[in-house]
Amino acid sequence: MSTTLREALRTARRTPLLSSLSVASIGFSLFTVGLFVLVAINFQHALRTLAERVEVVAFVLRGTPAEAITAASQDIAAFPEVLEVRFVSEEEALDRARRELTEFQEAYRDLETNPLPASLEIRLKEDLRNEQVAAVVAERLRGFAFVDDVRYGREWVRRLDRLRNLAGALGLVIGLAFAVVAVVIIGVTIRITVLQRAKEIAIMRLVGATNGYIRRPFVLEGVMMGILGGALAAAMCWGVFAAFRGSMGEVRGTLVFFGTTEIALIILFGTSIGYFGSLVSVGRHLRHV
Amino acid sequence: MIRLHNVSKTYPNGVLALKDVSFHIPKGQFVFLTGHSGAGKSTILRLLIAEEKPSHGDVRVSGFSINKLSKKDVPRLRRKLGIVFQDFRLLEYRNVEENVGFALEVTGTRPEQIPSRVIRVLTQVGLASKAKVYPKELSGGEQQRVALARALVNDPAILIADEPTGNLDERATRSIFQLLKEINAGGTVVVMATHNLALVRDTNYRVIELKGGGVVYDSAQEPSPSSAGTRAPDALGDVAS
Repeated sequence: MSTTLREALRTARRTPLLSSLSVASIGFSLFTVGLFVLVAINFQHALRTLAERVEVVAFVLRGTPAEAITAASQDIAAFPEVLEVRFVSEEEALDRARRELTEFQEAYRDLETNPLPASLEIRLKEDLRNEQVAAVVAERLRGFAFVDDVRYGREWVRRLDRLRNLAGALGLVIGLAFAVVAVVIIGVTIRITVLQRAKEIAIMRLVGATNGYIRRPFVLEGVMMGILGGALAAAMCWGVFAAFRGSMGEVRGTLVFFGTTEIALIILFGTSIGYFGSLVSVGRHLRHV
Repeated sequence: MIRLHNVSKTYPNGVLALKDVSFHIPKGQFVFLTGHSGAGKSTILRLLIAEEKPSHGDVRVSGFSINKLSKKDVPRLRRKLGIVFQDFRLLEYRNVEENVGFALEVTGTRPEQIPSRVIRVLTQVGLASKAKVYPKELSGGEQQRVALARALVNDPAILIADEPTGNLDERATRSIFQLLKEINAGGTVVVMATHNLALVRDTNYRVIELKGGGVVYDSAQEPSPSSAGTRAPDALGDVAS
């Protein structure tokens, strides 16, 4: 192992330009993939934030006893799709309208009777904030005698669903395409390093080196380049993210960067490409010489 | 030690490089392979080091059947051979002792044994004082000595030399040839392909001459093989200079 490591370091030192270019090539290829994933993560994050606003509102008939509403609230909270149920009284609804609908502030101030009904606001569990579940819950709520009407912004939720599906599919396709391009570029880079050392490989074979002996330093070098390339890609992603976030003003707080797991995955991806890329390149070269 | 029996070789492009070649080289022999370019000398050497397989016939080298040799077993054969080429094939980024030690490293020699074996063989080829020098700083003759040291360091049973003096001046040629003779005197079989007729004429070593892929002369088959000078004059005359 120490001989293999020494050989790998020796070749990297001997051809610093080629080694640096290889690391840069791996780094930039993974950076492209990483940047795309980063955009996708932030988009998904934004969609999740939007989805938090998906809720089902059941308007309560006037004059419904408070006990009946409390009992029903407990029943609704026990629905498997429901995260929480909140009762909004008529007064609270009016206060909220006055606060939020500023253009009607005057109209609401002069009212002698409150026209707004009380309601139950039902938030769904995170993974169930879609049109189908909302419709099922709404239907069930209509079964309560004191419920006058149920709304959940059907069209809005439907569009959100469509956007989510589209983003997921596009993300997968484009992400895979980026990953394939990265693998091809890195494979070509590693192939160049192997070809550059064809003479050395030929001499190794002449003096009786086994294929395994010849392969090991190349594979180790590929792994080292993969680790460095992966780290470079993560660093570049961070640089771009930090610069972008700095220019975003108020919404900067809503942007998210990779966690430790994702960074480890980028480096692991680079390492795997370095490992398999060099294994395949040297193997192919050895088969043909 | 080396036996070729009815060996023919046709390359994938259709070129017939050898046709029906047979000879036997016993232990301890020094053999010149001579002939024009394209006569088949290099093909024979490539068969001996298992870079090629015969199309027909049988090639045996140091107990290995080249016909049946799997790719996995080629390194085992090569470790029993020493190989030198006209263009030296040294690693430029390694100094002399590293180039020689390299042949020991790849064959799995224990690291603590490498320096002493390298010095021994460098002393043998007269380069012990240049152990730390890089190939570019050496003359052609010295570079070929390094290549010879690398070929010898694993104590090969057979030394295969493809035009080892082809790039050298007269003095360096003589000195390399002297080394090859000493190596042979130690019991190693030497098979040397060469165009250099002066070397061939000055010795009593066996000569196998090739032409158009076939053996046209083998001094071992002569009624009096004791001297190269006894060969038919036109046989040597055919050899390109």
